[in-house]
Amino acid sequence: MTAPVAALSDVEVDYPGRGRALGPFDLTLAQGEIVALVGPSGCGKSTVLRLLAGLEAPTRGIVRRVAARGETAVVFQAPTLAPWLSAAANVTLPLELAGVARPEARLRAREALRRVGLADAARARPAQLSGGMAMRASLARALVTHPKLLLLDEPFAALDEITRRALADDLLKIWSESRPAIVFVTHNVEEAVYMAGRVVVMTSGPGRSAGETVVDAPLPRPLAFRTTAMFRSAAEAISNRLADSMRRPA
Amino acid sequence: MNRLGGLVAPLALVASLLAAWEIACRITGVPEYLLPAPSAVGAALAANGAILAVSAWRTLEMALEALIVASLFGGALALTVTLSRTLDQAIRPLAVALQVTPVVAIAPLFVIWAGVDHPERAIVALAAIVAFFPIFSGAVRGLTSADPDLERLFDLYGARPLQRLFRLRLPSALPFIVEGHKVASGLAIIGAVVAEFVAGSGGAQGLAWRILEAGNRLQTAKMFAAIVTLALMAAVVHLLFQTLERRALSWWRGR
Repeated sequence: MTAPVAALSDVEVDYPGRGRALGPFDLTLAQGEIVALVGPSGCGKSTVLRLLAGLEAPTRGIVRRVAARGETAVVFQAPTLAPWLSAAANVTLPLELAGVARPEARLRAREALRRVGLADAARARPAQLSGGMAMRASLARALVTHPKLLLLDEPFAALDEITRRALADDLLKIWSESRPAIVFVTHNVEEAVYMAGRVVVMTSGPGRSAGETVVDAPLPRPLAFRTTAMFRSAAEAISNRLADSMRRPA
Repeated sequence: MNRLGGLVAPLALVASLLAAWEIACRITGVPEYLLPAPSAVGAALAANGAILAVSAWRTLEMALEALIVASLFGGALALTVTLSRTLDQAIRPLAVALQVTPVVAIAPLFVIWAGVDHPERAIVALAAIVAFFPIFSGAVRGLTSADPDLERLFDLYGARPLQRLFRLRLPSALPFIVEGHKVASGLAIIGAVVAEFVAGSGGAQGLAWRILEAGNRLQTAKMFAAIVTLALMAAVVHLLFQTLERRALSWWRGR
């Protein structure tokens, strides 16, 4: 096993007035690994992402991050694009903030847009993009810094089924090119099994791990993987674990 | 068709109201110093057109100067307030106090400070005070209304404070700032007129003075003419700022 990209050891997060939101919680991420976090609303999935991104500090416990600033990228549930900037300018933004020279930043932004299939929409404003296209632009913005750790917070939740499947496949294709470690939050068990090497089920009140399921098939997976026995048994195991965790009194 | 109707309907209403007014004046024979007929107002407009235009320009000039002053102070103060919580707590009550104090109440003070020879300075200052608040509060609201996820993104990439200001907060604030200026432009005109009334001096030669002057001489038709000029001027300014706002917003939204 290669060195971890990030690790949460025994972390707890308390919010003033709302008590314990997360923990104790452990998660170790190997390089190039894809982990899905599945669980009910309010189980601290987003808190885990913010801890991994360094956007939040734990109340207790240790967060280790190998990825330096700029090597961690986040994709939010909404595309979160600046409406006053073109798609290309939105994608350039992280590089600009890092002080990358403009010509190089432009070149890399164009490359990132090409990777997500938005080469032709570089000049379009977010308002002119469809939901799926805006999400792709958001993904391009995350990829432009060549992150070692990519965090996605329900990235496809607002999209229709066809678009989300297409985006999932594209994300896996992009992953296979540069192999960043990916942690993504989802409500969709099938999506988690299809995309992740490891699926962590979380419970709420406070957020904890209710165990994890390893999906031991090479990534990226063919479409037909969705019909295999392995897929079905993993999805069933996760669904059962989810149901168990919901039944337990909070 | 709809557009045409939008233009024709109000014009038709105004025309019929004017006609009714004219007829009523003629039938009742009400004296002109009480209620001049529209035809008399029209004649007064034509006779005093040049002087009213000059006065309108003076009022507009003072209102625009006030708007610029209010914009500079309101913007700078909004920026200061959003930079530090302590400054916000210190400044906010003063700004509100300024907002809730009627301009008429503080006008005599400013007239004294400006001196008899420069009533226009007092007028610009007072109009600026009236115009200040919408610009200030719009800018404060705008500067703190950036998408929280975009703020997080700027955290993530270690944005410096100036980068955050120029690349995120100011662009996010644009719609609020433009709207604040639109509201302020109308208030600046009102402020300039009220201040000139209170100053009670012909030194500034604005439209308010023309109204006062005509009133004192019982030249009611001329008074109406000055009021009509004022209303037209304010409407043009409002229209200009509305167009500016629409353009700015459609650029900002990207459609």
